[in-house]
Amino acid sequence: MDIILEVKNLNVKYEQTEALQNVSFAIERGDFVGLAGPNGGGKTTLAKTVLGLINEYSGEIYFFGKKQKNSDYFKKVGYLPQKQSSINQLFPVSVGEIVLLGLLSQKTMPKFFTHTDKKLINTTLSKLGILELKNKMFSELSGGQQQKVLLARALASNPEILILDEPSTALDPASREDFFKIIQTLNQEFKTTIILITHDTGYIGQYANKLLYIDRKVLFFGKISDFCPHSDINSCFEKNEHHIIWHQHK
Amino acid sequence: MEIITFLEYTFIQKAFFAGSFVAIICSALGLFLVLRKMSLIGDGLSHVSFGAIALGLFFGSYPYYIAVPVVMIASLLILKISEKTKVYGDSAIGIVSAIGIASGVILASLSKGFNVDLFSYLFGNILAISTTEVILSIILSFIVLAVIYFFYWDLFSATFDEEYAKTTGVKTHFINTLLTLLTAVTVVLSVKMVGIMLVSALLILPAVTALQIAKGFKTSMIIAGFVSLCSVILGITFSFFLDLPTGATIVLINALFFGLALFYKKIT
Repeated sequence: MDIILEVKNLNVKYEQTEALQNVSFAIERGDFVGLAGPNGGGKTTLAKTVLGLINEYSGEIYFFGKKQKNSDYFKKVGYLPQKQSSINQLFPVSVGEIVLLGLLSQKTMPKFFTHTDKKLINTTLSKLGILELKNKMFSELSGGQQQKVLLARALASNPEILILDEPSTALDPASREDFFKIIQTLNQEFKTTIILITHDTGYIGQYANKLLYIDRKVLFFGKISDFCPHSDINSCFEKNEHHIIWHQHK
Repeated sequence: MEIITFLEYTFIQKAFFAGSFVAIICSALGLFLVLRKMSLIGDGLSHVSFGAIALGLFFGSYPYYIAVPVVMIASLLILKISEKTKVYGDSAIGIVSAIGIASGVILASLSKGFNVDLFSYLFGNILAISTTEVILSIILSFIVLAVIYFFYWDLFSATFDEEYAKTTGVKTHFINTLLTLLTAVTVVLSVKMVGIMLVSALLILPAVTALQIAKGFKTSMIIAGFVSLCSVILGITFSFFLDLPTGATIVLINALFFGLALFYKKIT
């Protein structure tokens, strides 16, 4: 068993509120894990803590067998944040420049990009079918195109594990379908481990092999088929309604 | 003929030389500050430099020798207050800036001897820049430019998406501290040029002008640098021939460029 990410007894507190309580799980190489739960259930907090964006916690996080705080795990991790929330939309930046930022994790000081890096960017953009956008300004793109560019940024360093926080929220149904197919290809063909936070429970049922359902605590972690028998999977997941898993669980 | 004579004046040459360096670092840093919504830190630190220059004059020292470290410490204080207490960044700037001005006024009142010197810093006078100040401006400008060059991609990433930058191993806290310290040095250097009251304009105007018309970050940097440089050169020239205050003329030319950029954006 090749464990890529292991979380043991993780507790996170915001002021007096416990955002995560005793969360433990282990994710194996090649897993496609759907991370679901109600609003305020701690999904994003969990992703951010694992990624080192929240540093005040108790418990242990291991990436590739090493403690998160003492390792350069970020070199092997790709991240697609939620709804482009932290992005400065006024920033005059081209698609090519944004994707280059994904390679910063591989650089040591002084950080400069080489011709090889720029070629790698072309490869990544081609893989996602958006090479023609390379010289376009980010602010001129549609929501779906922006999301693909940010996915390209997350993939530029060829990460072993990809963490996606509600990647499909801003997408129309066609772009959403397209987006999930790309993620599935990454998982199946390139063996990239995926953790996908989403409300689109229908898509989790369709693409993920494991489910991590949290509401501050882990309520379910395991194979999707163990949570919901395959014969009932349509009624469990296909309705694509928020919290359907939660209701099913109850 | 008059222009040639004008260019032969040593004080004009010094003003052009120091002004050009300061203009370029102001435009480069200003772009990062504006995009990070930190433009007002320049205003706050310029107020602190009033107190710091007063402190220098009070102890009979060369004002810049005191002002550079004091304003750097104040900039770190602004960061610490906003990080460690329940005070927003703009309020932290307000607090430290008020302390700076108040300290300057108290020191001026206590000394009774250097008020004229101190108040000359309020509106600046680049035509009266000394050789030491020119050398100091060039050395510090080179340091600021070198730091921007070596940390360019970290600064870029943290400005575009700070949260993501952290996930790629960019030490965003260090980058924020670095940017604040560079701003502190730049503000002190700019005080002689346009004065305490107008320093923030030198940081903000070239950047916002460039952002109206540029496509791409590097183009923005080039346009901001060009606008800033032109404003300083034209400002010094016009103020000399029209007998106007240099700092204010530089700022108004900057504002004119901004107006032109807005107009260009509207018609294209």
